[in-house]
Amino acid sequence: MYNEIISHIKDRKTTLIEEWIERVKEEADERMITVVSEQVFQRTSYEFVDLILLSLSEKADYQDKLQLFSEKVVRLGWPVTFVVAGLRTFTHIVHDDLIAQGVISKEREGEYLEFLDKWMAPMSNEIIHTYASTWEKTVSLQKMALQELSAPLIPVVEHISIMPLVGTIDTERAKLIMENLLEGVVDHRAEVVLIDITGVPVVDTMVAHHIIQAAEAVRLVGARCMLVGIRPEIAQTIVNLGIDLNKFVTTSTLRKGMEKALEMTNRKIVGLEGAL
Amino acid sequence: MEIQSCVTILNEWDIVAARQLGRNVAKELGFGTVDQARITTAISELARNIYLYAGQGQLCIDRLNEQGKTGLRIIAVDEGPGIPDIRKVMEDGFSTSGGLGAGLPGVRRLMDDFDIDSNPGEGTDIRATKWLR
Repeated sequence: MYNEIISHIKDRKTTLIEEWIERVKEEADERMITVVSEQVFQRTSYEFVDLILLSLSEKADYQDKLQLFSEKVVRLGWPVTFVVAGLRTFTHIVHDDLIAQGVISKEREGEYLEFLDKWMAPMSNEIIHTYASTWEKTVSLQKMALQELSAPLIPVVEHISIMPLVGTIDTERAKLIMENLLEGVVDHRAEVVLIDITGVPVVDTMVAHHIIQAAEAVRLVGARCMLVGIRPEIAQTIVNLGIDLNKFVTTSTLRKGMEKALEMTNRKIVGLEGAL
Repeated sequence: MEIQSCVTILNEWDIVAARQLGRNVAKELGFGTVDQARITTAISELARNIYLYAGQGQLCIDRLNEQGKTGLRIIAVDEGPGIPDIRKVMEDGFSTSGGLGAGLPGVRRLMDDFDIDSNPGEGTDIRATKWLR
């Protein structure tokens, strides 16, 4: 039965694939077809069928190839439901074709269908599994990337450090900000720390609360905190929310904050003699 | 005429999704940057309340068009524990979670209309509207 099916699929590969592509296209929603070009669709389809054949012959590199294929499909943005449905469609086409070509008789139809199903089940499981783990990998990679650009404390001049914040602040990041801030203040022996929120899109009560807490903690280790980069619209929402930021110095831009920080440490920037 | 889009709030990242949705709608309707910031901040507060207190819920954005006025309505609905004393949570500085306690009264100040309906054990329904001027 096994060899019968394999040789049959191999013999009628092109016909089967063509029919399969047509049927899959009918079932797929428009959005997906327009996302990828016709060429990519064709190529991926052929690859898919090759893979199915490979799974039959049980070669060693089947696992690797399957994983590669799944990763590629994820990158194409095809939903997993589409791929699994495609697999099922292929089973049906092969089955129908086997009957149409007279390879199997009417009486043994059910037997063959069961066999085909059994053979396809582990493959679709494998695809779903690879799919899920590929996504998991992507998500965890992005999380790591996010964490890397999270909250650096940069010593600019002696006693003055800056922490630029970019992006959304969630609980996890808030914790990281606090840790980096305190560690950095002690390491760099900073007296004044400027927290720059130019790149923070929304300052709500939670973000404000975390900043206030961080500032309070910085005060405890003997340094002062300054909040810079407050955009006009953020200033208005902070006032509307009724958040009290009286405890620390705030400025609109990093530049003004820097000048003020120098002032606080009894220094200032002077031009060289003879300079313009 | 009302067109509604919703975000289900289950984790912290859904708050960001809700905010993004609100900002896009506000931009589309023609709100200025200050009002956009107000609307996104209000969404952030309400979505965070759902996440913190109810665990899950829905945040919907309505585009309103009533008597020639254009507006945006935020609807935050959950089936969480509810609020026992609404007058208390509308006071500045009241918080059960150690926060600043500026969330709900803040949202009322950020938006034009504000409605809250909550029964203990049944959940909370908050509606806040901002009109385009």
